[in-house]
Amino acid sequence: MGGGLYSSGKKFFDKTLDLSKIKPYGDTMNDGQVQLSFTLPIQDGDKAIEVARQYVEKMGFNDPTVVYHAPLDQNFTFFVIYGRSTIEIDYNSVNVEVIEGKIMSMKETDDFIKKKIKRKIVVLGATTGTDAHTVGIDAIMNPKGYMGHYGLERYEMIEAYNLGAQVLNEDFISKAKELKADALLVSQTVTQKQVHIHNLTELVEMLEAEGIRDKILLIVGGPRITNDLAKELGYDAGFGSGKYADDVATFIAQEIYMTK
Amino acid sequence: MKQIKAKLNLDNSIILEARKSASKIAYKMQNFIDSYTTVTVERTVCRILGIDGVNDFGVPLPNVVVNNIQKGSGLGLGAAIFIGNAMIHTSLSPQKIAEQIADKKLEITKLPMHDLFEIKLKIDSVSKEMLEKIKETKKTRENFLAKYGDKEGPLLYVIVATGNIYEDVTQAVAAAKQGADVIAVIRTTGQSLLDYVPYGATTEGFGGTYATQENFRIIRNALDDVGEELGRYIRLVNYCSGLCMPEIAAMGAFERLDFMLNDALYGILFRDINMKRTMIDQYFSRMINAYAGIIINTGEDNYLTTSDAFEEADTVLASQFINEQLALLAGLKEEQMGLGHAFEMDPSIKNGFLYELAQAQMAREVFPNAPLKYMPPTKFITGNIFKGHIQDALFNIVTIMTNQRICLLGMLTEAIHTPFMQDRALSIENAKYIFNNLEDLGDEISFKPDGIIETRAKEVLSDAAKLLKEIENKGLFKSLSEGIFAGIKRPIDGGKGLDGVVAKDRKYYNPIMELMKKGLGLEEN
Repeated sequence: MGGGLYSSGKKFFDKTLDLSKIKPYGDTMNDGQVQLSFTLPIQDGDKAIEVARQYVEKMGFNDPTVVYHAPLDQNFTFFVIYGRSTIEIDYNSVNVEVIEGKIMSMKETDDFIKKKIKRKIVVLGATTGTDAHTVGIDAIMNPKGYMGHYGLERYEMIEAYNLGAQVLNEDFISKAKELKADALLVSQTVTQKQVHIHNLTELVEMLEAEGIRDKILLIVGGPRITNDLAKELGYDAGFGSGKYADDVATFIAQEIYMTK
Repeated sequence: MKQIKAKLNLDNSIILEARKSASKIAYKMQNFIDSYTTVTVERTVCRILGIDGVNDFGVPLPNVVVNNIQKGSGLGLGAAIFIGNAMIHTSLSPQKIAEQIADKKLEITKLPMHDLFEIKLKIDSVSKEMLEKIKETKKTRENFLAKYGDKEGPLLYVIVATGNIYEDVTQAVAAAKQGADVIAVIRTTGQSLLDYVPYGATTEGFGGTYATQENFRIIRNALDDVGEELGRYIRLVNYCSGLCMPEIAAMGAFERLDFMLNDALYGILFRDINMKRTMIDQYFSRMINAYAGIIINTGEDNYLTTSDAFEEADTVLASQFINEQLALLAGLKEEQMGLGHAFEMDPSIKNGFLYELAQAQMAREVFPNAPLKYMPPTKFITGNIFKGHIQDALFNIVTIMTNQRICLLGMLTEAIHTPFMQDRALSIENAKYIFNNLEDLGDEISFKPDGIIETRAKEVLSDAAKLLKEIENKGLFKSLSEGIFAGIKRPIDGGKGLDGVVAKDRKYYNPIMELMKKGLGLEEN
């Protein structure tokens, strides 16, 4: 395994940062170092190591080094491989739509709603469809919140209702009408084979059929949800992992204020 | 099982008091349970009598039979009486009778009724024959364990969840070779709310496969084969929960499942299934598990993913007591009670590890004979797989130090995707490393008197005893409706499945239950 890790040879690459040519950083600018781990459905051995090495080379890495390999079964082998990426990306050419503005604390949001909206905001949350996971919706809704971010039920100016999991879209909508909801939060954890897409699209279609889509702020969250995906599916916003109740509350308060 | 020394200085009188409250709660509930049956209890009787398969519309025959009896307003008598009567009348087997009903050639409640004594004689003889099969299945497991021997210490429990039972086999076999002792086949989301059990092999499930008898068979055979190769018995797990608890128990009893998730309260709290329905169903399902030698796993870990693990620790212990007492009434031995708990405290809590250790040690001392089921961190596992692997390591340390028996291994990729083959291998490697390296650490260590660990355990025990007293005074139904567990409130007559609850007629007869009670040494009330 010589060469890669402890190589003291000269590195022939430009070590200055150029935002138009961004590469991964290991311990030297532009070294392109990436760690990969994956399994191949082949028997462990010298040939397997070479297959894995070539595979990573084909992925666009220079000097791939297989640092670990182990059989998982007769015909499955696990690899940990390092390689230097040859691919660059222009930082300046990338456009991402971010949910703008500063995230307000619970108190700031409550004050904002008091001063600018002058009434409580009604928010309904549920995990819809057959998905039985409540972890996501609980993290956003429960007073205790998650990772030190208080949940919406603790907000003074938000009337939050957590309907739990496996809520049918029609029940969700009828509850929304009954409580005159300002915003609906949909949580989706099970995304295997894209099951969530159908369910999320169905909710939009049903809200449109009821003629209330434009009266309600529609938000989706989950570990595999991005804002872009949410927009594409007809939602107003999407919150993925690393987003908490204050992100959601800030967005809701500001959106309702702006569209009022 | 390795015995553990008591070292928390818990007050035995408080443990006794808590257990007494839980026992009273369970007895009171049992009086209710004994007066009712449900559609799934009766479908279970059909299944154990040998009725299986589906009609032309894919409706399972046990449903066809029970629907037919319900249509004739006869369910209060129990399905067995009608099946026994039809057997005498037609000289056909239960399966053939079910097929005739499916073909609309027979209205089972419209047949002339034969002498009740004769009917019972007839149906008892089939029942005994079928229960013999369950006994043989149990014997097969015992033989395997005698042949290979059983390991001491924690059993390594991993899940497979590809949604395709054949792909699950590939993953399960690899996991067994890597060192897994127990394989759980994750059930597809949504099955808990189906008031029937799907039929046949699953190849396209979402987040898991259906619990079907065919799926059970496929994975059981695969595990037996790899077990033979490895010279170890690989245990199989599925889920006796939802609207078909006893039916799934029956299927598991025939197909030699080893563990069943089988909590008394889980469906009420987390699936919004009606509480009356669940209580009646859990009783028969647990009796079947008891009879088949299956170890049940309870679901207290779920409270902690919904509520806060530090603050709600007493509800976990209280629920374990209730689960224990209800299980005893259903004929389960302590050795069959995989009471659940979890390592779910916020990792940012100062000394959080000490509190986790206190909780696990306390559970071990309060339920000394139960093969406790310990669940790994999930709620606070993020996309940071590197930290996740460390969180799982801390969990493994508590597991070995407190001698938990059923150790559900955490995955570093929890919250990202269902486990890759390599994720499972890394988890197993993590657990094997720690269990071997720290094997006797627990025996070497005693806790500081009145230190953080001892104090914490005493507080939780005392809070749990108070909580149980409160539930005892209010009754379990009322307590559940007020949100005593996980802050979830459920109305007594709300939720799914209440329409499947039927009051027993004075002449109600369930031969399976009667024979199992006898076999389990349960006294008549």
